Amino acid sequence: MASRPLTLYEKIWAAHVVERRDDGTCLIYIDRHLVHEVTSPQAFAGLRAAGRKVRRPDLTLAVPDHNLPTTARLDAAGKRLPIADAESAAQLDALERNTAEFGVDYIDAIAPEQGIVHVVGPEQGFTQPGTTLVCGDSHTSAHGALGALAFGIGTSEVEHVLATQTLLLSQSKTMEVRVDGTLGFGVSPKDVILAIIGKIGAAGGTGHVIEYTGKVIRAMSIEGRLTIANMSIEAGARAGLVAPDEKTFAYLKGRPMAPKGADWDKAVAWWKTLPSDAGAVYDKVVMLDASEIAPSLTWGTSPEDVVPITGVVPDPDSFADPAKREAARKSLDYMGLTPGTAMQDVPVGHVFIGSCTNSRIEDLRAAASVANGRHVAEGVRALVVPGSGLVKRQAEAEGLDRIFLDAGFEWREPGCSMCLAMNPDKVPPGERCASTSNRNFVGRQGPGARTHLVSPAMAAAAAVTGRLSDVRDLMRGAMS
Amino acid sequence: MKPITQVSGRAYPWGAKNIDTDVIIPAHWLKTVTREGLGKGAFDTVRAQPGNIFDDPAYAGSPILIAGDNFGCGSSREHAAWALADMGIVAVIAPSYSDIFSGNAFKNGIIPVVLPQEAVDRLIEVAKTDPITIDLETMTVTTPYQDRFSFELDAFRRQCLMEGLDEIGLTLARDTVISKYESGVSEHRPWMSGERAYAGTVVESAGRT
Ligand code: SF4
Repeated sequence: MASRPLTLYEKIWAAHVVERRDDGTCLIYIDRHLVHEVTSPQAFAGLRAAGRKVRRPDLTLAVPDHNLPTTARLDAAGKRLPIADAESAAQLDALERNTAEFGVDYIDAIAPEQGIVHVVGPEQGFTQPGTTLVCGDSHTSAHGALGALAFGIGTSEVEHVLATQTLLLSQSKTMEVRVDGTLGFGVSPKDVILAIIGKIGAAGGTGHVIEYTGKVIRAMSIEGRLTIANMSIEAGARAGLVAPDEKTFAYLKGRPMAPKGADWDKAVAWWKTLPSDAGAVYDKVVMLDASEIAPSLTWGTSPEDVVPITGVVPDPDSFADPAKREAARKSLDYMGLTPGTAMQDVPVGHVFIGSCTNSRIEDLRAAASVANGRHVAEGVRALVVPGSGLVKRQAEAEGLDRIFLDAGFEWREPGCSMCLAMNPDKVPPGERCASTSNRNFVGRQGPGARTHLVSPAMAAAAAVTGRLSDVRDLMRGAMS
Repeated sequence: MKPITQVSGRAYPWGAKNIDTDVIIPAHWLKTVTREGLGKGAFDTVRAQPGNIFDDPAYAGSPILIAGDNFGCGSSREHAAWALADMGIVAVIAPSYSDIFSGNAFKNGIIPVVLPQEAVDRLIEVAKTDPITIDLETMTVTTPYQDRFSFELDAFRRQCLMEGLDEIGLTLARDTVISKYESGVSEHRPWMSGERAYAGTVVESAGRT
C-alpha cells in the first residue's frame, strides 16, 4: 500500500498516539514537560491531594523565571538575597518545595543555567526534534524551531501530564507559511514573524499548527527560528514547527541533555525522516516574499498591528472591517498616537531587550552592534535581560556586557522581566517602550504601559536615538 | 473529585451577561499557589457594591449560580473555576459559556448547565424564594412548582461528574496502554528516556548558548 505523503506535524502526531478514542480524540504521549513557578503550584497540590506521583520525573524539568527579580540574586558574601514581593517569593518557594517532594529536576534561581523556560529547554538539549513538548505557558510554541511539537497548556493539563505523561487531544489542521527570497539589509527574524502575523492576523492560525518553510527559514540560525516559532501563538496557532536539518543537529550535538554516543546516531537517523514528504498537503498555505519585508514594529495593542518602520500610524478609517476600525480607534487611544504620525517621530522612554522571543546570544550581539560606541539617549531607561545564565556568561565572555554598560544600558540577571511585569521590572502607566518581547496587549508591561514590539537591533536603535528608529540608518552610519 | 448526581439548594438569582474571568477573579489573584482560598477574591468588584447578591444572607453558601449569556469569557485562567468551587458553587446555570470556562468548570467538578433564556428567567424568579434541583441522572432542573427543564451534557463529561472521575483518574485507568507505549518507545527511540535531565552540568564549548 503506497502511503500518503505526510507533513512533519502528521508524522510527530502519529508517533505519539497512545490510543485513539471513538470520538477521534487521541491520548497523546508527552516526551518533555517544562515547569515554572506560576502555573504549577495548583497542579502539584492536586497530585498531593489525590496521593498521586509524577509519572516520569526524568522527562520533566523545572526552572523559575516569571517572578524572579532581575537584580543581583546573591549578596557580597554569596548568600541568597530575599525576594521582596511576598507573593512572588511564595510561588518561587512552592516550586522549590514541590520539585523536591516529587523528585522533579530543578534548576534553581542561582544556578548558572537558570533562565526563561523557553531559552533553557533548547540550550540544555532538553528540546529535541520529533518530541512532543508542553509547558504551562503559551509561548511554548518556541520549541517548534527544533522540530518539536510544542504547545502551551493550562494548570489542569499540567497536572494531567505530571500524573500520566499524556494529554487527551484532537488533531489540529496544518498551515504552511513559506518565506522565500532573501532578507534585505537590516531585516531580522523578528521582522519576518511580525510581517507574517501582520499578514495572516492575530487569529489567522487558529485551529492550525504552522510549519515554517522556504529558503529564508532554511538559511536562518536556530536562534532566529526560535524567535519565529515563539510568536506562532500570536498568530493564533497552537504550535509552530520548523523541520529539523543539519543546523538543528549541529545546534544540539553535545548539549547536556541531548542524546549521546550510539543513541545520537540513532536519533539523527530518525530525525532525518521527519521533514514533510514531497507532495504533503497542508490545509492552508501562505507565501511571503522576503524582499518585501522591512524592519517592522507594532503600532497598536495586538501583535497583528504591524507597520514597516518607514510607515505611519494608520488611520482607523482605513480598515474595511468595522470591528477592526473600532479596535484600532481604541488601540490608538490607549497608545496615545495620532493617525498619520511617522513611526520614526514617536519618542520612547523605555527600551526592553529580552524575553523568550529575543534574549539569546545572537539577539544580544545584534543589539550590541548597534549600541557599540553610542549612548542611550537622555531620559531613556534601557534594560538588557539575557534569556539565561549561560547566555549572560557567553555575552560577558564576548564583552557585550561592557558595550551595553558603556552605552548606558542596564545589564541584568536572567528572567521574564519586563515582558509581562510580574516581577518588579515594569513600564510606568502612560509611558512608551520599544520591546523585543512578544505581546503588546493593554497593560502587558505594566498597567497603562504602551508597547511597540521590535527586533533587538531596532530596540537598541530606539534606545540610542530616544525614538522609534530605522536601524538601517544607524547600521549604514556605522559602516561609513 | 466527589461524585455528583444531584445538586439541590438555593441559587444566586443573578442573570448578568458576559461575565468575564476578570470579574469572576481579578488578575492579582494569579500569584496564589493554591486552588483554595480564591473564594475570598471571587466577584470582588461586584461585592464592592452595597446590596450585592453575593453578600445577601438569603443566598450565602448557595451551591448554584444563575448567570446570563457568555459566562466565563476572557482569559483562560483556571482560577475562575477554582474561585467558584471555593465559594461552594457546584453548578452554574446560564444560556451559554465560553468554551475554555466550561472545560475548566468540568475539570473542577462544576456543572455548567445550559438552558434557554426563558428557562433561566423563570429559574431566577423561583430562586429568589425557593431552592432548585439539578439532577444529572434525568438531566433536568426542577423547582418546587412543577417546573421541569431538560438540558444536555457531553456523555463523557457527564460520566466523569457522576462517577467522580477526574480526567486524570480516567487516564490513569489506561495505565497498561500507556506503559505499553512507553516500552515501544524504549525499543524504537531509546534516546528519549534514560538521560536523567538536569545534572548540574553546563555547556562548556565557546559560543554554545
Ligand atoms: S519571557 Fe514573556 S512570553 Fe516568554 S515565558 Fe516569560 S513571560 Fe512568557
